[in-house]
Amino acid sequence: MNKEITVGIKEIKARKKLSDLFFENLTLVFALMIIVLVVFIIYEMFMDSKLSREIFGFGFIFSQDWNPVKDKFGALTFVYGTLISSIIALAISLPVSIGVAVYLSELAANVFKTAISFLIEILAAIPSIVYGFWGIFVLAPFMRTTVQPFLQSTLGFLPIFQGNAVGFGLLTAGIILAIMVTPIITAITRDVLKAIPTSQREAAYALGATKWEAIKMALLNAKGGILGATVLGLGRAVGETMAVTMVIGNKAQIKASLFEPSYSMASVIANEFAEASGGLHISSLIEVGLILFAVTFIINSFARLLIYSFTRKTEAK
Amino acid sequence: METAEEITKEAAVIETVSEEKVKYTVETEGLTVSFKGREAINDINIKIRANTVTSIIGPSGCGKSTFLRSLNFMHDLTPGAKVKGTIKIHNKNIDEYDMTEVRRRVGMVFQKPNPFPTMNIYDNVVAGIIMNKGKKRNELNEIVEQSLELAGLWEEVKDRLKVSAMALSGGQQQRLCIARTLAVNPEIILFDEPTSALDPISTSKIEETLFHLKNKYTIVIVTHNMQQAARVSDYTAYFFLGKLIEYARTRTIFTSPREKLTEDYVTGRFG
Ligand SMILES: Nc1ncnc2c1ncn2[C@@H]1O[C@H](COP(=O)(O)OP(=O)(O)OP(=O)(O)O)[C@@H](O)[C@H]1O
Ligand SMILES: [Mg+2]
Repeated sequence: MNKEITVGIKEIKARKKLSDLFFENLTLVFALMIIVLVVFIIYEMFMDSKLSREIFGFGFIFSQDWNPVKDKFGALTFVYGTLISSIIALAISLPVSIGVAVYLSELAANVFKTAISFLIEILAAIPSIVYGFWGIFVLAPFMRTTVQPFLQSTLGFLPIFQGNAVGFGLLTAGIILAIMVTPIITAITRDVLKAIPTSQREAAYALGATKWEAIKMALLNAKGGILGATVLGLGRAVGETMAVTMVIGNKAQIKASLFEPSYSMASVIANEFAEASGGLHISSLIEVGLILFAVTFIINSFARLLIYSFTRKTEAK
Repeated sequence: METAEEITKEAAVIETVSEEKVKYTVETEGLTVSFKGREAINDINIKIRANTVTSIIGPSGCGKSTFLRSLNFMHDLTPGAKVKGTIKIHNKNIDEYDMTEVRRRVGMVFQKPNPFPTMNIYDNVVAGIIMNKGKKRNELNEIVEQSLELAGLWEEVKDRLKVSAMALSGGQQQRLCIARTLAVNPEIILFDEPTSALDPISTSKIEETLFHLKNKYTIVIVTHNMQQAARVSDYTAYFFLGKLIEYARTRTIFTSPREKLTEDYVTGRFG
């Protein structure tokens, strides 16, 4: 009797170990595949941009000249368009996102909390081409007829608000991006605020804090995480292609006015790759992609690092 | 012959003197707290004397924390919590005060040390003052030194006030939290098991601090440690199943309690 049981146990043990081993290795293979994929992408882009890198060198990043007819290529206008539209997006989105997140985590009644959180998730899930269409048919006309004339008549003395009100341009792209990154920044900021332990809130209230002061304290506590959320939003904005392409105006130029059409790194690749005129053109587009990849990679790593160090700090307590 | 005026004056003096003999800082009548309809404490009547240490003892879940937290409006932060009855602070009904004022006058130190993790030691101490009203820099420096001194932490941190509060040990963090509470100059300080997360040495340091604080403050401390209650407190209240069973001088509670329930608990026969 006893013997049989022991044998039975042993067998079960052995089988379990084998299946564990199998799954461990299987998941390891999947994990390795991700690494291989990333390395492969980098390698591919690096090799395929060789022609352009050899001809233009580092000057590629600093040249405004983009002329496929004369085989002259430089990425500066696209880097500019990407960065400025993303910065506009953050400038608009950040205060809104923090406000909504504070409302959701500290103030809202449960019914609103659920409803608004649900809507935010929906907003994040809308395909960017839908945002693009909305940009073309609703936002751009509205910018042309209302927002831009208004800005011109009130703040028109600033160079950034001068020039023709076309509707399509950097500002419109920035606003579309703001709408697209707001759900991301809001959701993460809300989670970071929620992660602050009750004991921290109680500490503030026990010292005689008003609700507003307690919220300020919570935001101070969460600043690392909020910064991380912001950078993650920035990463999204920098890489966004479709919606931006549809409203930015697609003109390779650097102008002081935000009303002027511009171009972004992702947009130029999307627009020109299919009908690129020759090897150097393609190679240059790939190098633009490489720059975009590097920028996104750096931004995202930075954001992860911030969020990681933040959560580790609160967990320690 | 004394004038009528002089007689009244004298009477007033006598009254204040006798009042001072038994001056109550906190009084509750029929204090009942419930969470989502379930009562956690029921009909608590207690008068806590000024400049004494009163300890609250009782088995886990009997409502000690609930009682303590009702004295500084902490239940206001818990959805579903309901407080009934009256609480008086200095003879004035608690709801006649502004809520933030009550919380400032009734400081609280929690079970787990909870310094503000993003702030350095100095900023932790002044956090409450800055919230309540702006003060000048040199005034702040003075308050920081006094508060840390009173909390028994000054010697250990005076050279590194700008270091993050998280760099301190658990016991030091707890004393920092005491200093932070002292800095806003409360009259009553509530301690909810302030040493239960600490080692014996940190514990005895905090008990020493409590002893010094008694001169200036009225202290109420929840503790699971019977020896601690006996060591630090003048009065002891025994709670059981949400009721105040017995409240008397600490010596009485531990040597000749009136109630059988109290005796069973303090002699360790249960709890
Ligand atoms: N926020 C809350 N929501 C619901 N019930 C609560 C809440 N806080 C306390 N209670 C209940 O009230 C009762 C008293 O709890 P309380 O925390 O006051 O006990 P305690 O005497 O401090 O116990 P311990 O010694 O374990 O800290 C318990 O039954 C507890 O479940
Ligand atoms: Mg408790």
